Amino acid sequence: MYRYDQYDQTMVDTRVAEFRDQTRRRIEGHLTEDQFKPLRLQNGLYLQLHAYMLRVAVPYGTLNSAQMHMLATIADKYDRGYGHFTTRQNIQYNWIKLEDAPDILADLATVEMHAIQTSGNCIRNISSDHYAGAAADEVTDPRPYAELLRQWSSFHPEFLALPRKFKIAVIASETDRAAMKLHDIGIRIVKNESGELGAAFYVGGGMGRTPMIAPLVREFVPLDQLITYSEACLRVYNRYGRRDNKYKARIKILVHELGLDEYRRQVEDEFAQLQGQDIEPPLAELERIGEYFRDPPFTVGLPEEIDRSDPDFALWVDRNTHAHKQPGYVAVTISLKPVGGIPGDATAAQIHLMADLAREYSFDECRVTHAQNIVLAHVEKQRLHELWSKLDEAGLGTANLDLIGDIIACPGLDYCSLANARSIPVAQKISQRFAENGKDGVLGELKLKISGCINACGHHHAGHIGILGVDKKGTENYQLLLGGCEGDDTSLGKITGPGFDEDGIVNAVETATDVYLRERADGERFLDTYRRIGMEPFKEALYG
Amino acid sequence: MKILTGNDLKDGRVTWWDGQNWSIHIEDAVDVGEEAAAILAREEAARRVNSSYAIDAEPDPSGHGVRPAHIKDRIRALGPTVRPDLTLKPADPEARNWVI
Repeated sequence: MYRYDQYDQTMVDTRVAEFRDQTRRRIEGHLTEDQFKPLRLQNGLYLQLHAYMLRVAVPYGTLNSAQMHMLATIADKYDRGYGHFTTRQNIQYNWIKLEDAPDILADLATVEMHAIQTSGNCIRNISSDHYAGAAADEVTDPRPYAELLRQWSSFHPEFLALPRKFKIAVIASETDRAAMKLHDIGIRIVKNESGELGAAFYVGGGMGRTPMIAPLVREFVPLDQLITYSEACLRVYNRYGRRDNKYKARIKILVHELGLDEYRRQVEDEFAQLQGQDIEPPLAELERIGEYFRDPPFTVGLPEEIDRSDPDFALWVDRNTHAHKQPGYVAVTISLKPVGGIPGDATAAQIHLMADLAREYSFDECRVTHAQNIVLAHVEKQRLHELWSKLDEAGLGTANLDLIGDIIACPGLDYCSLANARSIPVAQKISQRFAENGKDGVLGELKLKISGCINACGHHHAGHIGILGVDKKGTENYQLLLGGCEGDDTSLGKITGPGFDEDGIVNAVETATDVYLRERADGERFLDTYRRIGMEPFKEALYG
Repeated sequence: MKILTGNDLKDGRVTWWDGQNWSIHIEDAVDVGEEAAAILAREEAARRVNSSYAIDAEPDPSGHGVRPAHIKDRIRALGPTVRPDLTLKPADPEARNWVI
């Protein structure tokens, strides 16, 4: 994985020193909160429901074990012994003291990490495929391009005050595992008929209060123009994106209001102008970055067979491992969704353990997924049982990847000052209900996502079943959505009808799954059945 | 009924105006009536509290003291409902056991 050079380290260290001074001035009263707020937000420090919250950037979700250990140490030393992995492949701490924040950032800097650009109207953490470099279906490893974009976007002077926040995802496979079309810019690295690599640009997707699927703006941008084309897309947005209305300020609104053809025309004009300005980094820089993402030293000739005599282990293998490009290896997903647990939360002890296991079993590397789980990308099949035993002992062996219990949930009203309703208790009740009635395995793939407000951090628009918490005259109420999908055939869920209270929404989810079990054809997932039979049978069951 | 709340500037903890100072215990909160704006301005300048504001409150169903009218501030007062181990234990052992 990428390692800082002296420029990267100097930038981060300088920022830590700067923020230490800003924090001192705030505590001593030389800065008002109005003056200080934008400064702390630029360093990922929010003020949430119970305390300050620090969001730490995990570029494209990749961490080495030293970094993972540091995340655990911070949880123990400065927080309350746990962290929350987010849908942006980052981690958040919920109980931070302002006076500790500079020390935390200094500790992070020792392992080449920071919290820069995890808030504010700038280009946020670049996300990517959590199986990058391991998946058999990718045309190349997308992470060198994500890293190049990270370097381009970090402290980019032109894009630090955009009309609104800006999120980019980069993938390099046919299968979209990063919700790429629900980003401001989604980039898919592709190979053309001549075998050359290029980038397909999807621009103007997003969730939030106005969900939109990003349209394809350009099919093939040569990779030696990747940054220039990105710059052109951002420049048009920066120039014409609406600053008069926060709710209409995302690029998706601009693309929609201009129309795809006009937005594309303006980007192409800008792109043509930029080409004379030679802003693309030299190829040598991409090659330098690429060196950090070479395949690890895989062992050749490892056995393919897995001893499946332990049924619990066999179930976990079936559900939580993914095919690897290298014979004898698999990618393992560690579920952070134990039955009745808090999605995405891990204790410091668990984070330390996952760091140790990453070192021991996966070439010193792990990834955070946007579904709030952890991936060990390169595990020998012959060592899977050994690994699973250690995970299971620590409460990390839940076999539920992509099942109804593998719920994405935002922190909701238990932690977030923006939320209207709690997400976590609903997730816990659904997880428990379907574990107890034994339907979780029977239902097969069913992605359930819960947001506690319209900002959609829990990706409810993209859930096969989505739940949106709203405030109804001072009480929590939950809307049910069906038919969302974040993958290759991205779609947005539709609201079934009137909302439910907390217990009612759990019953409603079970009712919807009963309709699926009654109506499904051979091999159909919940989403497939919904798409075939439509909303009506579900509405009939839910509302009579 | 109006009470005042905010977060401690240095450690971020949720605090409540008790008439003289900022307390972490909701049961110490007092009705400030029409004085909210004046107290908030004074306290913000004193740099003890951050992002303070006035909220509506109501008599607590237990008969002891007040509680915030809105669920969001009731959760702020006690801590996340999903982590009972992190919930703020009341200073007064007779204090209410809220149903959020």
